[in-house]
Amino acid sequence: MQYSSQAVAKPYFIAAIGLFVGQILFGLILGAQYVIGDFLFPEIPFNVARMVHTNLLIVWLLFGFMGAAYYLVPEEAERELYSPKLAIALFWIFLVAGALTIVGYLAVPYATLAAVTGNDLLPTMGREFLEQPTITKIGIVVVALAFLFNIGMTIISGRKTVVNIVLLTGLTGLAVLFLFAFYNPVNLVLDKMFWWWVVHLWVEGVWELIMAAILAFVLIRLTGVDREVIEKWLYVIIAMALITGIIGTGHHYYWIGTPEYWQWWGSIFSALEPIPFFMMTVFAFNVVNRRRKEHPNKAATLWALGCAVMAFLGAGVWGFLHTLAPVNFYTHGSQITAAHGHMAFYGAYVLVVITMISYAWPHLQHNAPAANGRAQLLEMWSFWLMTISMVFITLFLTGAGILQVYLQRVSDTPLPFMVVQDKIALFYWMRLYAGLAFFIGLCLYVYSFFAKGKESLASS
Amino acid sequence: MSETFTKSMARNIYLGGSVFFILLFLALSFDTLGALPKRDNRHNITPQVALGKKVWEENNCLGCHTLLGEGAYFAPELGNVYTRFGGSKEAIMGFIASRPVDGIPGRRSMPQFNLSNEELEAVAEFLKYTSEINTANWPPNIQG
Repeated sequence: MQYSSQAVAKPYFIAAIGLFVGQILFGLILGAQYVIGDFLFPEIPFNVARMVHTNLLIVWLLFGFMGAAYYLVPEEAERELYSPKLAIALFWIFLVAGALTIVGYLAVPYATLAAVTGNDLLPTMGREFLEQPTITKIGIVVVALAFLFNIGMTIISGRKTVVNIVLLTGLTGLAVLFLFAFYNPVNLVLDKMFWWWVVHLWVEGVWELIMAAILAFVLIRLTGVDREVIEKWLYVIIAMALITGIIGTGHHYYWIGTPEYWQWWGSIFSALEPIPFFMMTVFAFNVVNRRRKEHPNKAATLWALGCAVMAFLGAGVWGFLHTLAPVNFYTHGSQITAAHGHMAFYGAYVLVVITMISYAWPHLQHNAPAANGRAQLLEMWSFWLMTISMVFITLFLTGAGILQVYLQRVSDTPLPFMVVQDKIALFYWMRLYAGLAFFIGLCLYVYSFFAKGKESLASS
Repeated sequence: MSETFTKSMARNIYLGGSVFFILLFLALSFDTLGALPKRDNRHNITPQVALGKKVWEENNCLGCHTLLGEGAYFAPELGNVYTRFGGSKEAIMGFIASRPVDGIPGRRSMPQFNLSNEELEAVAEFLKYTSEINTANWPPNIQG
């Protein structure tokens, strides 16, 4: 660790991993509810568990992004963080607000939560991924602005690297686009249209900038490849991400009441959306193969390469699978969507945060470039266990989705939704088992943290 | 990448490309806003529909169902439920009101939300309004 203020990243990373565990536990509940319909009913209905599952994901990824920024921005800017105290204060505010929100979801009916938190004054609740009470949303904006101020001041008065500028651009975009979460017109079509300005322009827009910047930072450190080369790649990748991804929003505008020309715009541009992810894969392998040094943190390199590959498969390939309008007409809102969502989020965003943690943690915890061999081995096992499990979760959901689409929408005698759900239950069972394997992988990952122990490698 | 392709060229593609496509997206969005009145059934948005949407949101219906294909995939699509239930608001209201409090053993069951009659009618009216949005003929058939 070059700057003592980088240490503020530590609580962020710990919180991220803790919430990740919670997210997966609720994922298992959901997986069980798909096959044992009355599991935990009526105490934890499916909608509540799902809200906890998706909201924890978003919150822990945000913790991860913020932790990553606090770690890498000072090192890139070559100065201490503008205000470590602010960073720690924001950590506690965000954690408490997040925890209270989750407790609210679980403790009282959602309608009660809406009433208690004054949803009447500014109704923003009850939309997918944006279920947080309005006051929580306001809290998120406040935390995001203060966070941007803190890293912005650090970047402005320090060395301005491409990594820092791209990261700051992505994080600013994240905060600005979130403001559309407060726009909730009665007109359902308008509501949906601008809801995607948060959701799509996050995950297929500005988050890709954040992801690419983090990956570039880690790969510069791990491979010793010339910064100029990596920065050139970074520019090309994010250029393609935005060139394809912005108009790619159109693939959400096929069937929600928006004009039909979006079927052309959406199909053409989102068919190109795998390109930046493919380039990320080529980039990652290219720079690792041309590395100028042997970094002792093998685990971090594995996470970085895995991130690039899985993002390409999950976001790129599985996204392309159902993005063309004539295909999407049948697959829209089916288990195919769920399959894509799982692998894309895991590949692109879960893995990039873990890559950063894997790289930074030995520095933060032991002031060493890498953990000991045994801890790294455990960490790599957890990578394979989680990643292979996620591949199977995706494959089983895809199988379920293909059958669902055929039985419910394509065949000559379309069957009702619930009848079809019963017929494809086998795939849901298999998904649940794959989910349990994922959880074992996650436990191993958490365990590898404690195994990092005292005997870390000395500086190389 | 080759030496002839410099970092500043890459940066210019990023900046120029982003600005161009942001502007194009804004232009298309603006055009869409102009086209929506003919498609989005806005003339049928009444205070009752507005209340229905609020009830829909404040009970997190989207946490299980899809609406025009968006939401969760645990329970049936509701964008066309009004048509599927034979154009009967009473059928929708009756279904929601009759959900058993403790669920159905071994099976998925919608929770009992204890909605008032006014809220039930509003939700049904909201779903009727939704079913009349021009969705380019989606879903493919009545099963949603």
